Amino acid sequence: MSHHEVVIIGSGPAGLTAAIYTARADLAPLVIEGEPSSTSDQPGGQLMLTTEVENFPGFPEGIMGPQLMIDMRAQAARFGADIVTAKVSRVDLGERPFRIWVGDPEAPEPTHTADAVIVSTGARSVMLGLEAEQRLIGHGLSTCATCDGFFFRDQEIAVVGGGDSALEEAGFLTKFASKVTIVHRRDELRASKIMQQRAFDNPKVEFAWNTVVDDVLGESKVEGLAVRDTVTGEARTLPVTGVFIAIGHRPNTDLFAGQLDMDEAGYLVTGADRSTTNVEGVFACGDVQDHTYRQAITAAASGCMAAIDAERWLESRGD
Amino acid sequence: MAGAISNLSETTFDEEVGSASEPVLVDFWAEWCGPCKMIAPILEEIASEQEGTLRVAKVNVDEAPELARRFEVMSIPTLILFSDGQPATRIVGAKGKPQLLQELAAHL
Repeated sequence: MSHHEVVIIGSGPAGLTAAIYTARADLAPLVIEGEPSSTSDQPGGQLMLTTEVENFPGFPEGIMGPQLMIDMRAQAARFGADIVTAKVSRVDLGERPFRIWVGDPEAPEPTHTADAVIVSTGARSVMLGLEAEQRLIGHGLSTCATCDGFFFRDQEIAVVGGGDSALEEAGFLTKFASKVTIVHRRDELRASKIMQQRAFDNPKVEFAWNTVVDDVLGESKVEGLAVRDTVTGEARTLPVTGVFIAIGHRPNTDLFAGQLDMDEAGYLVTGADRSTTNVEGVFACGDVQDHTYRQAITAAASGCMAAIDAERWLESRGD
Repeated sequence: MAGAISNLSETTFDEEVGSASEPVLVDFWAEWCGPCKMIAPILEEIASEQEGTLRVAKVNVDEAPELARRFEVMSIPTLILFSDGQPATRIVGAKGKPQLLQELAAHL
């Protein structure tokens, strides 16, 4: 068991910015960064599955998402943040010092204890919830366009979703695919204007509006996507060999159920213009508490807020 | 070299995987794949810890697309464990070390 003044759970832009600030404040933070996975719930967070980031200030030519996260991690390590590759299995925020388990959640002793905890566990991609998903993921069904687009050269594929990430994936996938159909349940997009215009201008991109997915077809690999028009009720099959899911995100807050206040969608509730939670000494930042902006820069900014809030709170206790 | 990871090409694959006396874990990867880069250090650890019982090798799908097609790799990282030259199990997607070891243990 090891004790730390500050433990940061999660290592996207929010967690690593909090690590940079608390490390520079001589609080020797421990960052429990998560474990590798092909979903966005992994060290580095959602940016690890992206390509070019064009809107992070300071990079006029853009920067690759994974590179930005590798650089942030190196910056945190440079100031003495202790970063461990592990996943938190249980927390007890009922009394101080807070208790944190890695590995066996039933172990009598926690792995770490902390005076202050910064929660930056982010959000993960939502799946469609179809039985076929378990069978076909990695066999034509994907949540990572940058990982898997390569395997669909000159093939027809579908992207399900209508937000920025769906359009970004669709644009990226046209580098490989002969045609990309964006399947969206509404008749307009949630995505930003610039992303919409790019998609409309791309000759390889088509739209299936007011369309929902009934099933992903194929036994050992994807052979089609069964969809239905919500206005006419007409069902049809898109002859695609690849399906990429980008229908939204869900906050990673299961660990904190019954301990930290959440809204109906499971996002942590923080104080107005602050990173404080309902538990004194526990702070939250990044997408785990933000369903409005969800940008790398807003996550980083809120990580800075959490670090300063934690530092001031620790000082006010006189430690 | 102890626990070294070799890079397999379309011309060396069959010889190296077929003639190995121990099972070979082949990592299909590419430079542009973030999750592939995350598991690379874990595979290096496994290669040196399991030296003598397991060999680890890599296939760069950019350089050897035929091998990816032959083994129907449609997502990376994909790890395929070859036993006596034949695929014994397949792990799709990046995983943490404990989970990787657990999934491999049944086949070693």
